[in-house]
Amino acid sequence: MSEYTDYTAYETGAPVVDTKAPSGPVAERWDTRRFEAKLVNPANRRKHTVIVVGTGLAGGAAGATLAEQGYHVVQFCYQDSPRRAHSIAAQGGINAAKNYRNDGDSVHRLFYDTVKGGDFRARESNVHRLAQISVEIIDQCVAQGVPFAREYGGLLDTRSFGGVQVSRTFYARGQTGQQLLLGAYQALSRQIAAGNVEMHPRTEMLDLIVVDGRARGIVARDLITGRVDTYFADAVVLASGGYGNVFYLSTNAKNSNATAIWRAHQRGAYFANPCFTQIHPTCIPRSGDHQSKLTLMSESLRNDGRIWVPKAQGDTRPPADIPEEERDYYLERIYPSFGNLVPRDIASRAAKNVCDEGRGVGPGGQGVYLDFADAIRRMGREAVEEKYGNLFEMYERITAENPYEVPMRIYPAIHYTMGGLWVDYDLQTTVPGLFAIGEANFSDHGANRLGASALMQGLADGYFVLPSTINDYLARNPHHDDVDASHPEAVRAVAETNDRLERLLAVDGDRTPDSFHKEIGELLWEYCGMARTEEGLRKALARIPEIRDEFWRRIKVPGSGQELNQSLEKANRVVDYLELAELLCLDALHRTESCGGHFREESQTEGGEAERRDEEFSYAAAWEFTGTGRAPVLHKEALEFAYVHPTQRSYA
Amino acid sequence: MRLTLRVWRQRNADTPGAMVTYDIDDISEDMSFLEMLDTLNEKLILRGEEPVAFDHDCREGICGACGVVINGDAHGPERTTTCQLHMRHFDDGDTVDVEPWRAGAFPVVKDLVVDRSAFDRIIGAGGYISVPTGAAPEAHATPVPKADADFAFEHAECIGCGACVAACPNGSAMLFTSAKVNHLNVLPQGAPERETRVLDMVSAMDEEGFGGCTLTGECATACPKGIPLPSIAAMNKEWLRATRKASRR
Amino acid sequence: MALATRTDRRPSLTRSLWGSTVGKKTVMAVSGLIMLMYLVAHMLGNLKIFFGSGEFNAYAHWLRTMGEPLLHYEWALWGVRVVLLAAVVLHGVAAYQLSRRDIAARPSKYAHKRRRTSYATRTMRWGGIILALFIAWHLLDLTTLTVNENAQPGRPYENVVATFSTWYGNAVYLVAMLAVGLHVRHGFWSAAQTLGVGNARRDRILKATANGLALALTAGFVSVPVAVMTGVVG
Repeated sequence: MSEYTDYTAYETGAPVVDTKAPSGPVAERWDTRRFEAKLVNPANRRKHTVIVVGTGLAGGAAGATLAEQGYHVVQFCYQDSPRRAHSIAAQGGINAAKNYRNDGDSVHRLFYDTVKGGDFRARESNVHRLAQISVEIIDQCVAQGVPFAREYGGLLDTRSFGGVQVSRTFYARGQTGQQLLLGAYQALSRQIAAGNVEMHPRTEMLDLIVVDGRARGIVARDLITGRVDTYFADAVVLASGGYGNVFYLSTNAKNSNATAIWRAHQRGAYFANPCFTQIHPTCIPRSGDHQSKLTLMSESLRNDGRIWVPKAQGDTRPPADIPEEERDYYLERIYPSFGNLVPRDIASRAAKNVCDEGRGVGPGGQGVYLDFADAIRRMGREAVEEKYGNLFEMYERITAENPYEVPMRIYPAIHYTMGGLWVDYDLQTTVPGLFAIGEANFSDHGANRLGASALMQGLADGYFVLPSTINDYLARNPHHDDVDASHPEAVRAVAETNDRLERLLAVDGDRTPDSFHKEIGELLWEYCGMARTEEGLRKALARIPEIRDEFWRRIKVPGSGQELNQSLEKANRVVDYLELAELLCLDALHRTESCGGHFREESQTEGGEAERRDEEFSYAAAWEFTGTGRAPVLHKEALEFAYVHPTQRSYA
Repeated sequence: MRLTLRVWRQRNADTPGAMVTYDIDDISEDMSFLEMLDTLNEKLILRGEEPVAFDHDCREGICGACGVVINGDAHGPERTTTCQLHMRHFDDGDTVDVEPWRAGAFPVVKDLVVDRSAFDRIIGAGGYISVPTGAAPEAHATPVPKADADFAFEHAECIGCGACVAACPNGSAMLFTSAKVNHLNVLPQGAPERETRVLDMVSAMDEEGFGGCTLTGECATACPKGIPLPSIAAMNKEWLRATRKASRR
Repeated sequence: MALATRTDRRPSLTRSLWGSTVGKKTVMAVSGLIMLMYLVAHMLGNLKIFFGSGEFNAYAHWLRTMGEPLLHYEWALWGVRVVLLAAVVLHGVAAYQLSRRDIAARPSKYAHKRRRTSYATRTMRWGGIILALFIAWHLLDLTTLTVNENAQPGRPYENVVATFSTWYGNAVYLVAMLAVGLHVRHGFWSAAQTLGVGNARRDRILKATANGLALALTAGFVSVPVAVMTGVVG
């Protein structure tokens, strides 16, 4: 185990090129690609099997749509029902360039906002396609019965979100993700009932089967019986979400995990931009060591709440006893023109800075006040209640503090990961036949995702992009029945999976899976969280292999592998976090610029703002796996901006 | 805080289970109920015992994965999901009984984990609007009166946790089924399948072995999302309407 | 590709009603409402006992001559009896089958017991059984006169007085009438929900009507034995 080379001594390999994106005017590329793509005869589609892993917005939509087209879909989720995928927890809304408000919105403006919001680290072709499709998504969801908010005239309501100047966000109260997911789940359920989708709930993908360089199937474990089985297909689609849970405390669901994408990475799929992680500034702070996850509260709170900390360090007086002149409204002070409405990354970093100075509030000093006293004075309590009532209620339920009387305490938390498996314009990874959609891929958000764009991307990939592009692959690679469980690659993948599970059970040490998960999470949060330095990242990179060694010496997993064993599931996911964490830190170390969600303290302007360095880093970093603990190979995909010209952000 | 927990332990579906007592201390009142169970499980693992299996995922009250019966109440004493129930609602020294959902249609898988796949099959029977991807008309082509949109939303909030079935003395799934029927049937988009939807979903519900409704109201009291009891009457109305229309064909 | 996800062939109305839990509840609701209407008429008729033997016995006789001369003697009464018998049988059989199903749907109980729902709701099944037994006794007592101590055909007033002059006659009757009240209280409201009449707005009216009906029926029926016991009727 301990035969590590120097992990940071990575080599730069050949550039990786997106061969599928057509040239020509950006607005015509999607049409061009769809026309160029080969089609599969409807009568032949049922002979093709497609595996879809995950049932969130991307996976659910893809499974339903592919089945509708006539493909035989075999789909998996670790949850007991496809309806529970974590897309369900998205609150805010979904963007679409409908321009129902006549406020100057257009496909081009959404495209522009997304490229700029992503700090110029996304592909123009992909983002433009996303903006084009956004319009169709709303039509599709309304037709499915998604109960979007409506006005008295019966038409759809929209609001502005995430600092953009147009009102293009469609929403269903604070439960937009839930309603969109249920729409996809219902469409999927219809196909399951019709026999077109073979659904395997409570079944977790543990490996990818690659035969002759092509993805041909997966190894998955039935979480109830513990049975490890093989499933084969003509193509495999990963829609398994992001890797935010590597930080242990995040707003992700407890069981969201990176195993599917990481094992695919180990089998040859490049992993791109892992250091682009998004931190959300308004989460409820942790209340103690028992904290198992963090809960996000809508960013809209910053519209009326004022953020402050005491001016003095270690001031433990109750907030009401701190006089006005001893409070530091630091966002208003540092960013007078944007004040409390600065973008997510800036608000988050500022909170970290004041807490690092010892001025944080609440248990452990890891929090800042979000105060509504002024808003209540100005608008009246009723107006505040009307606007934020449900959020205040949620806050009070969790913290037992009444935010009408005591200022809320907030702290940033990991929320979304822009990085993921590298995919081309067709959403195909570097392993032919392996596709990645939704948060699992790296494609559309660059270094930073705009609010209400995750739902848009998941559904665009699932309903519209993948079902068009996968045809081309399937048409060019006529199906073969040549692979089954006895194929040497399948036998090898199953043996490796079983071997890993048995090893986890055999160690019988003295530490729980959660204790390791917490340790790696805290390490990452400290050194690869909101602000990163070369020194910190090197520390983390030195420590990760040690934790990994300790893990394999001291992990304790009770029970057996032939039953429902949640400790085994957890431990098996931690194995992958312990590897992914290393790549995450390496990517952060190599990208010495600051960019979007990635802030390197060494790269900031004199005013303390993030400094992007386009001449060196205008590329996506796609990493190739060479072995656990061994330096990966970096492949760069150069980014070109012909329509949106890179500018430096400034919010001062 | 110190608690005495009595937890249902059952190895698998084929083995009988029993209530097992655990004493647990250092419980903080800021913990959620599931974090309290996490704390117990960490201790059990280190003692070499098997941790208590329970379903959970988002831990913010929306995925519907979690749910146990606490002192006889589905999701415990507050009207919320188990993950959003905090230990401050208990007192030092309390004895707390933790049991799985109990219903014939929800067989126990292990400990506190039950099989709720019957719900998925009810949705599959008709809980959708048939609209192939790409076939949708422009979203503003059909305005929906705000009152109808709000009614649809109120029912669409169901998270499919199964607390209604667990609380019902008859193990009935009427509240769950009615929530989806009402959500889709009130919308103009759902109108073409209005009759088939309710007839097929009710027969799927019956085939899964859920009990009938005797309108005890336990379901609506337990529902963490506040799906109202009159939903059931509204579905009955839809069912009678559909049955009358179908018999005239 | 077009999908054949379902066929549109539907069973007959009878099959739909009897074949589903919702349908069977509908049968129970309709049969229950028929019996409820009958009970209201029966209770009002009973009050005639306060106007003396002559009027009460004449009323009882009229029940047999209802519809004459169009109908033959007792035809109308038999018509009512047939409808009632059908209602009782359908109500009872549906209740039995649904109860069996409900019990099977909840095979294991919670270890932590706690009191649930209102008294009226919890006593629907036992109340129904009590009422079924009472109806049998009531028919043997005052229709066939098999167990009546007076047993004079055509003299119902005297027969009623005889029944309520025994302690057990009073006891059986009082318990049954209490059961009627509770059964009607939940049953009426429940039937309204089953027939889809209930909604949030009407709920208070429905509950008030159910309570009013339950109270009126119990009070009306109970007034007779009380009057006999206190000597107001005798």
